[in-house]
Amino acid sequence: MSTPRRKTREAFLLGNEAVVEGALAAGCTFYAGYPITPSTEIMECMARRLPQAPDGVFIQMEDEIASMGAAIGASLAGRKAMTATSGPGFSLMQEQIGYAAMTETPLVVVDVMRGGASTGMPTSPGQGDVQQARWGAHGDHPIIVLSAADVPECLEMTVTAFNFAEKYRTPVILLLDEITAHTREKIQLPEPGDFEVFSRLTPTMPPEWYKPYEETLRGVPPMPPLGTGYRFHVTGLSHDLLGFPTARPEEVRALTERQFRKIDGFFHDIQLVDQIGTEDAEVLVVAYGCVARSARLAVRQAREAGVRAGLIVLKTLYPFPRKHVERLMRACRLVVVPELNMGQISREVKRVNEGYATVRTINRIDGQIITPSQILKEIA
Amino acid sequence: MAEVTQLIHQYLRHNKKFPLVFCPGCGHGIVLGSLVRSVHALGLSKDEVVLVAGIGCSGRIAAYVDFNTVHTTHGRALTVATGIKMASPHLTVIAIMGDGDAFSIGGNHLIHAARRNIGVTALVLNNFIYGMTGGQSSPTTPEGAYSHTSPMGQLESPFDIVELTKAAGAGGVSRGTVFHVKALDGLIAAALTRPGFNLVEALTPCFTQYGRGNGFKNPVEMFRWLKDRAVSLEAYEKLADKAGKIPIGTFVERGTAGLETRYAALCRELREKKGGAA
Repeated sequence: MSTPRRKTREAFLLGNEAVVEGALAAGCTFYAGYPITPSTEIMECMARRLPQAPDGVFIQMEDEIASMGAAIGASLAGRKAMTATSGPGFSLMQEQIGYAAMTETPLVVVDVMRGGASTGMPTSPGQGDVQQARWGAHGDHPIIVLSAADVPECLEMTVTAFNFAEKYRTPVILLLDEITAHTREKIQLPEPGDFEVFSRLTPTMPPEWYKPYEETLRGVPPMPPLGTGYRFHVTGLSHDLLGFPTARPEEVRALTERQFRKIDGFFHDIQLVDQIGTEDAEVLVVAYGCVARSARLAVRQAREAGVRAGLIVLKTLYPFPRKHVERLMRACRLVVVPELNMGQISREVKRVNEGYATVRTINRIDGQIITPSQILKEIA
Repeated sequence: MAEVTQLIHQYLRHNKKFPLVFCPGCGHGIVLGSLVRSVHALGLSKDEVVLVAGIGCSGRIAAYVDFNTVHTTHGRALTVATGIKMASPHLTVIAIMGDGDAFSIGGNHLIHAARRNIGVTALVLNNFIYGMTGGQSSPTTPEGAYSHTSPMGQLESPFDIVELTKAAGAGGVSRGTVFHVKALDGLIAAALTRPGFNLVEALTPCFTQYGRGNGFKNPVEMFRWLKDRAVSLEAYEKLADKAGKIPIGTFVERGTAGLETRYAALCRELREKKGGAA
């Protein structure tokens, strides 16, 4: 992903506000949502901005289920659509996220993770929704889950989320945490053209030739906006190439396999990581979100103390960037995975480790941040 | 007959597997016919009509019609319809739902769609039962009626769909039955042209899951029941004894602008203000 080149407009923004800047830069013209802490600033900001943006639509819905429904409807109508929420609302959205995955409807869901299960700690940070973001909706379906560690990244990863959603016709989850969302930092506002912006492919063939779920080279069929002459059937039922419900084993298999293939074949594009000091690392820290910032300092301090430490920051959580992590782990004796949950990404790390290195986890679930010294203690 | 065949060819999908999934004696096909005739009568193009459906027997109607069709999740048709209408106000958006779909799992969405008066036509096919899952009681199952989840008779009282939607603020509310087909055609056509949120409740028999368990010998008896019970709103109001009678017709015609129209006006106003300031 390209980063802004010019220093033209600076602003001092919350992570949540940066998400809005990113969404608008990516061409988002539709927001539907329901207020929930700590994501509400995204919605409030959208409520001011979208009615003033060309073709912008903002609507407050009656709950998170409805917010997802409205975003899906808008996306089917050709809009780049998004919603944002936090834990309890994210749980409510799962049914519709599954529907979006099944119907291959592009949209972006921002989940600002707060502490704890259930109502938990609404104003404290957490990273407990990681596995839910991947597996929250029932049934086998591919999905893309991204994260951001600071305010500029909130902007950048929101653009990336829209690009992936459009390119791969899939819902994309952007996982933030309360700290990242509520930290105020200096940020360069994007100018048009700063980011590469991708929009979904629309059909060019005559409507009578169009098969809405036909296999294509990338596995992603073109998608027309509703009302443009390509009348077809959208359904959450397993469907055939025309979109009609089917229970024929070969048709169902072909659908699911294509849906997975369109993501699995493009790991090189989707799996984004940042690496610091990993070239010669013998101790590796794997982190994401606000914890990655603590890890950055801890790794630097460890290096100063003579430990060959490295950090891999996961900007894509799912599909889990196995290739990147695996390659580094093979050269390490110790891998440390700090996160604000009881061990959700560390499960993935252990899965790809296959016994090569010692994997140590740092888990914090008391609503407090993992400090650099806490990580340093484990690696130095 | 030639006219009917022409409508079938024009509005039903030739590449969809027929026959319809509906049981013998079901009234859903009649509502489908009414919908097609209404759209035809209004001269709407198939491209500009979006039919959004929920889950259940009624949800299956969408697949047969050659409109833009979206078969959503259970109870959520109106949420998707709202998104479509706000994104593309020029489209005619129709949400087709069952009684469980619209008033149980989707009840909250329905009252809010009515409150915000979004320009969507809601077609609720009320057959008093969950048909597709095999005959469980729904929020419109009459008190005392039998179902697989009220084997000793329904203890709860049903929703009056018309009164509820009226109270929630819908721009238009009407009720018809599949026995009174001409009237139903008219109610749907009127709802499609009226601004704001318009709900049409269509009473439709489910012999398989409801009738058999509640003393009806055949589907014809159920249609006769509709004929005997339903009276026009005007006649109903004059009745001395209203017991057991169901008023049909148009109950609300507010005609207030839909949310999408009010939103567009707001955006226009903001643009003008901005243009004036610059």
